[in-house]
Formats: sequence, C-alpha cells, structure tokens
Amino acid sequence: MPIHCEIVSQDRIVFQGDVDIVVVPGVEGVMGILPNHSPLLSTLQYGIITIRQKNQEEYFTVAGGVVEVTGSQVTILANAAENVDEINIQRAEDARQRAESSLKEAGAAKPEDQAALQLALKRSTLRIAAVQRFRQRRTR
Amino acid sequence: MASTREMRLRIRSVKNLAQVTRALETVSASKVRRAIQANDRTRPYAERAWRILTDLARQPGHQSMHPLLAERDEVKNILVILISSDRGLAGAYNVNIVREALSYFADQQTPVSYITVGKRGRDMLLRRRRSVVGEFSGLSANPTYLESAPIGQLAVDEFLSHRADQVYVAYTEYQNMLRQEPVIRKILPFSVPEPEQGTVVAEPQVKSKLVFTYEPGQEEILHEIIPDFTALQIYKAILSALASEHAARMVAMRNATTSAKDLVSLLQLDYNKIRQAGITNEMLDISGGAEALAQASA
Repeated sequence: MPIHCEIVSQDRIVFQGDVDIVVVPGVEGVMGILPNHSPLLSTLQYGIITIRQKNQEEYFTVAGGVVEVTGSQVTILANAAENVDEINIQRAEDARQRAESSLKEAGAAKPEDQAALQLALKRSTLRIAAVQRFRQRRTR
Repeated sequence: MASTREMRLRIRSVKNLAQVTRALETVSASKVRRAIQANDRTRPYAERAWRILTDLARQPGHQSMHPLLAERDEVKNILVILISSDRGLAGAYNVNIVREALSYFADQQTPVSYITVGKRGRDMLLRRRRSVVGEFSGLSANPTYLESAPIGQLAVDEFLSHRADQVYVAYTEYQNMLRQEPVIRKILPFSVPEPEQGTVVAEPQVKSKLVFTYEPGQEEILHEIIPDFTALQIYKAILSALASEHAARMVAMRNATTSAKDLVSLLQLDYNKIRQAGITNEMLDISGGAEALAQASA
C-alpha cells in the first residue's frame, strides 16, 4: 500500500505522487516514513529527501521546512526544494563562489544582505554535495 | 508659421514616439500575465501551510502564545513595508500607493518607519523625510521567492527585537487590467483569521481529529512556519504589485499612443494647410510673372 507524498515549495509543486517510502531530514534525525505512519508534524533541516517508488529512487534537496504526516499522506512544505536531477551544477558552483566572495569582502554590508548571502551559501553548498553524492550513484 | 520641413520632422518624431509607446504597451501586457501566473503558483504552498497552521491552532494545548502571534498591549513603533516600482512611466501607480500609505498612518501618534521595495517609493519617502530602515530595489523582472525571503526575514527580526510592534505591508493589489487598488494590511503579529478567499482548506474535518506527534515541539514548528508564511505573504504582495505596475504602465502607454496619434493627425492637418498655402503662393507668383512677361512683350 503506497503513501501519497507531496513536496511543495513556495513557488511550485516539486513532487506529487504515490510512493513506497519517504526519507526526510527531520530536525531530530533522519526519518523514514512508511504508509500508516502515526500523525506527525516536524521541522526539517537542510538535507536530502529520498523517495522510493517501486525500486526507483528520487532525490530532492531541501533547505529546511516542515513535514506533516497523516495516515495516508505526507506533505512536505519545503524551502527551495529541487529534484537532484534538475540541479544545474554549474550554476550552483557559480552561486557558491559568488556568495563566498561577497561574504568575504562585505564586512560592512547591510545585515539583511549578509543574512541572505549566508543562506545562499548554505543552499549552494547543499546542492553541490547532493549532486556529487547522488548523480554518481545513479550512473554506476 | 513653421516651414513644411520642420513640420515633417515633427510629425515623424511623434510617429516614432507612438511606436515606442505601443511596443511598451505590448511588453507590459505580457508581463502582467507572467506576474499573475507566478502569483497563482504560490497557491499550493499557501493552502497547505494554511491548513497546518489552522490544524496547529485547533490542537489542544497551544495556549502558550507564540511571540509572533501575540498582540502587544502598547504599540510604540510601526513598520510598513511599502512596495513600489523601480521604474516610472506607469501613470499614477507609485504616487497612489505612497499617498495611500502616508494618509493611512497620518493621524497616528506612533512613529512609523518604512522598509521600501522599489526605488520610486524610497525616493518619494526620503523626499518627505520619512525614516526608511531598509530598502530593497533592483528585484529581477520575475522575482523568485528566494529573492523576497530576506524582506520577510527582516520584518520578523524587527518585530521580534521589539523595534516594531506592528508590521504592515502596503502594496497595490491587482484586480484587473483597468483596476488596481492600493491595499494596506497588517501581517505581524500574525493572526489566524478566516481563510483567505479562494483558498480551499482541504479536508480539515479528518485532520483535526488526529493526535499529532510534534518534533521538536509545537512552538518550534510555529516558529518555522510563521516566518515563512509571512515571507510568502510579502512575496504574494510583491507579485500582485508587479502585475499592477505593468497594468498601470500598459494603460499609461496606451493613452500615450492614443494622444500621439491624435497629435499626428492634428499636425498632418496643419502640414497640409501650410503645403497648400505654399503651392497657392507659388502658383500666384508664376501666373503673376507670366502676366508681367506677356504685358512686356505686347
């Protein structure tokens, strides 16, 4: 019996479908959610969401968010979620370098810019790590 | 009276102008559509975030108020996020929202400070010597949520650090191509009111009976969702304002094109008159000359 899973980010539905298991980076550790999981609300860390559908795995990066589990449904409200296959490694690499260099020189920058840069750095680092780990596995 | 040459030049320049304004009109029309579509794409998240928030509010034991939900007894400072555009040529779009915001808070004794989105609004406020504590300009033509998230973050920080006791967002809500309304709405402290119109709260009756496990706790989950939801509201406001801006620009450009065409036809009429007068004069000269010659030879 599958469980219905939705990954929704602020500007689109990233994934929607029936799956066998969802693994999410919960704030108190990685959780695997199977059908008939007890109702749960948890916050998420930066990390990877893994979804398995009939022996086929999909990976998504997520920059924090919230997961809600009810009997038959997993809803993930994600900040900036992306399928690992969608990630443009070049762009992520560029973004990281941009964020790093402007963080270094921007000692005097406005605090709101600083915070945005920190977040951008964290996101791009996560993307790059995700691509390196999960693309290889697939091509093997 | 101007010479025919000058008139021709003038007609041509007005015609060129009309072409430019017509092009701008077309561009704005397509941008309106894009902004509306972007706004629609936020709906799935908004609906689900809303459902979880209302679920949380209905659960027993949520009495301990989250700081972002708590109304403050004394409002000492008000923060307004004012959304305007970076560029002009949009009719009264920027003037309207700034005027609305200023008059809305005009009779308040409480000091009001502003975070501006868009250069126009910032400049107008600075000219009137209002305090601007933060400014965001140069958002891209199709702003993403991530671009606007820092604005929400700043608003939440200002609120939590007690530098502001109420946060409002002032923007122009898009209604249709011809109608855009300046709107001022309170976003913090966050209230869990009736669902927004058009937001369908899916199957609440099932969910509310369930007993949830919270990791790490309700407080923390609220703390995760509310700032994001606030930022999302600001994002939606920006998108709606963007649609309004382009719609206002489209109408302004259409009016400009129409007046340019009217002007061209007026100028054309004058030009024809001058040309005709010139020809008549020349004819008179020639016939006068011929007459004189005929008389001389006779």
